[in-house]
Amino acid sequence: MTKGGPLDLITRVRGVRGAMLVSAEDGLIVAEQLMEGIKGGAVAALAASLAGRLRRAMEAAGTGTSVFWHLQAEQGALLVVPGGNNAGGILVVAVAEPDVNIGLVRLELLRAAETML
Amino acid sequence: MADEIRALSAQLAQDPQSLVFLRLGEALRRKGQLDSASRVAMNGLERHPHLADAHDLYARILTDKHDYSRAFDEWDMAVRIAPNHTGALKGLAFLYFKVGDIAQAEAHLEQARKVEPDDPTIDQAFEMIRGGARAAPSAAPSPPPAAPAAPAGGLDEARVFAGLEGSNEGLLLIDGAGRVLGGSLRDGSGADVTDSVAAYLAGVSQEAARTAKLLGLGAWNGLSAEGQHGNVHLAHPTPEALLLVVRERGTPLGRLAILAQRATAMARRWLEQQ
Repeated sequence: MTKGGPLDLITRVRGVRGAMLVSAEDGLIVAEQLMEGIKGGAVAALAASLAGRLRRAMEAAGTGTSVFWHLQAEQGALLVVPGGNNAGGILVVAVAEPDVNIGLVRLELLRAAETML
Repeated sequence: MADEIRALSAQLAQDPQSLVFLRLGEALRRKGQLDSASRVAMNGLERHPHLADAHDLYARILTDKHDYSRAFDEWDMAVRIAPNHTGALKGLAFLYFKVGDIAQAEAHLEQARKVEPDDPTIDQAFEMIRGGARAAPSAAPSPPPAAPAAPAGGLDEARVFAGLEGSNEGLLLIDGAGRVLGGSLRDGSGADVTDSVAAYLAGVSQEAARTAKLLGLGAWNGLSAEGQHGNVHLAHPTPEALLLVVRERGTPLGRLAILAQRATAMARRWLEQQ
């Protein structure tokens, strides 16, 4: 895992079950630190697809590209920072438990995205 | 105090991204400069919309301004972001106490005590609540926000969101295929972008559901996104339909989520009637 460094800070946050760097273009995993049982490949593909739709919809709506988004579910959340073209079109993704401090994870995701610039 | 405020202001001016706005906002609040405190908190929230402490600060300022309804929204958002945020839990307990809902007030304090069992202010709050409850029913200066009353009469297609705050802007309801069911959207230049946004969002509800399922997270409840110039929230009133709420970047995500929640309930009622 050559790009494991930025993920360490994310997975260190209490309640985070895993983190990935995903190619926004093709939905492939670039690096991952996931707990056992998480289907990284499939999640990465869906996260990239969701990110793409969201980016296009937000640009069309005039809000500009997204800098952070999170999908809230009954038993947890998926949090994503799109790294942008300067970061090689990489998405920084975290999977978290429902009681995670979203603000803290967001900060670490943004920091991880910055390290890739 | 004045020196502290000056120093903190200078620090914030030097690094606007820093979290020093929390200390500055609190210092201004304590000094009673509520409008200035409010501006500092709002600017901070704009830069750090997912920071529970920022929502907590803004809620305290709103409480000092006797704007209990919005304070409730902000503390509610803080707890959504950080469920163990004791400041927000105590704040919500205080507001429940204000409207005479002792059971809810105690439940929130109990939750705060689980997180910080040694915090003496929680015991003091318990004593106040129990004493207050025995002494007399509390006055209710302002009730916490309630769900909006259902509009009288049936909803017609063009008015899915009739009666909702900001219903004439930034709300869009689409079906699974991206067809517009209600609402409309305009971009910054005023151009109608309803159809293009709807087309891009087609299938998002199903994809979000699949992602949450693959991760073993259960059903998805919503998707919030911060953009460079605005924030959006997506919700699904039914498994296929999708609701989009768009607001300018200055709108706290807490208010956005609550507005989306209310719009979702209205859209669900409207869809059931179809």
